[in-house]
Amino acid sequence: MFGSLTNFDGSLFDQLRRIEQEVNEAFGLDPHLPGIRSVAKGTFPPINVGATPDKVDVYLFSPGIDPGKLEVSIQQNLLTVAGERQAVAVEAGKFYRKERFQGEFRRVITLPDDVDPDRVEASYTDGVLHISVKRREASRPRQIEIR
Amino acid sequence: MSEAKDVVEKPQADIQAAQKPERVLQPPVDICEDGAGINLWIDMPGVSREHLNIQVDRETLLIEGQANIDMPEGMKSLYADIRSTHYRRSFALSSELDTETIEAAMKDGVLNLRIHKKPESRPRKIEVVTG
Repeated sequence: MFGSLTNFDGSLFDQLRRIEQEVNEAFGLDPHLPGIRSVAKGTFPPINVGATPDKVDVYLFSPGIDPGKLEVSIQQNLLTVAGERQAVAVEAGKFYRKERFQGEFRRVITLPDDVDPDRVEASYTDGVLHISVKRREASRPRQIEIR
Repeated sequence: MSEAKDVVEKPQADIQAAQKPERVLQPPVDICEDGAGINLWIDMPGVSREHLNIQVDRETLLIEGQANIDMPEGMKSLYADIRSTHYRRSFALSSELDTETIEAAMKDGVLNLRIHKKPESRPRKIEVVTG
C-alpha cells in the first residue's frame, strides 16, 4: 500500500520480488527457514560464502572501513565479524542521497562443522574482507580404491 | 547544438547494453552539495582503480566497475548475497556543473567523485536593501 520504505527506486523488479515473496508467504512455499542468527535481506555488509574440499572462504563486502577497526573472531564453527563504518566527514553542504550504510554492524556466520578454528586467515583488499578457514584433514573426501 | 548526432548515438548505447546481458549491481551512493560543487561517494567493494570506468557523455554521468575477487578453483557457493561482479550507476548532470574537471579517488572500495561547479554558477549572496 505504501510501497517499500527501504528500496531506492521501487522498480518493476522490486515489485515482482515483493509479489513473489507474498505468494510464498501465503502458501508457505519458502522451503528455507531463516536461521536463528540470520539477518534481513540487504543488511550490511553483504556476505558470500564458498567452500572447497580443503577450506571455506567467506567474503564480506564492507568498503570504506579501517581494517584495524574490524573485529573478526571464531568460536568452533561460528565466525563473528563486527565493526563500524563512520559517516563521511563533510564540513558544509547538504545531502540529497544517503544510501550508504553507516554505523556499527555485526554478523555471525555459521560455517560447516568441520572447520579448524586454529587455522584462519583474514585479509582486506579493495573493501572486501576475505576470511579463509581451513577444514580438518579427516573430513576431506578421500578416494577409495577398489581392488 | 548538433541534434542529429544525438539520434546516431543512442542506438549505439542500446547495442552496447544489449551485448551485456549480465546481472548488474546498483551500488549505494551518498551525494552532497556545497557551494563549490557536488561530492559523490559510491560503494563498489572489490573494484580496484584499474577496473573502474567513469564516463561523462554530455549531461550523463556513468560509473561502472568490475569487481575482481580471486576465488579458489572449484569453489561451491554455500551462500551469496552478491550475485554479480558488475556495478553500474548513472546520473543526469545539470548544466552548471563543469564536466571537464571531475576528480575521482578510489580507496578501500569507495569511489569519491568531486564535480566542480562552473565559476559563474557558484552561489552569490544577494543583498537585500531596504528602500
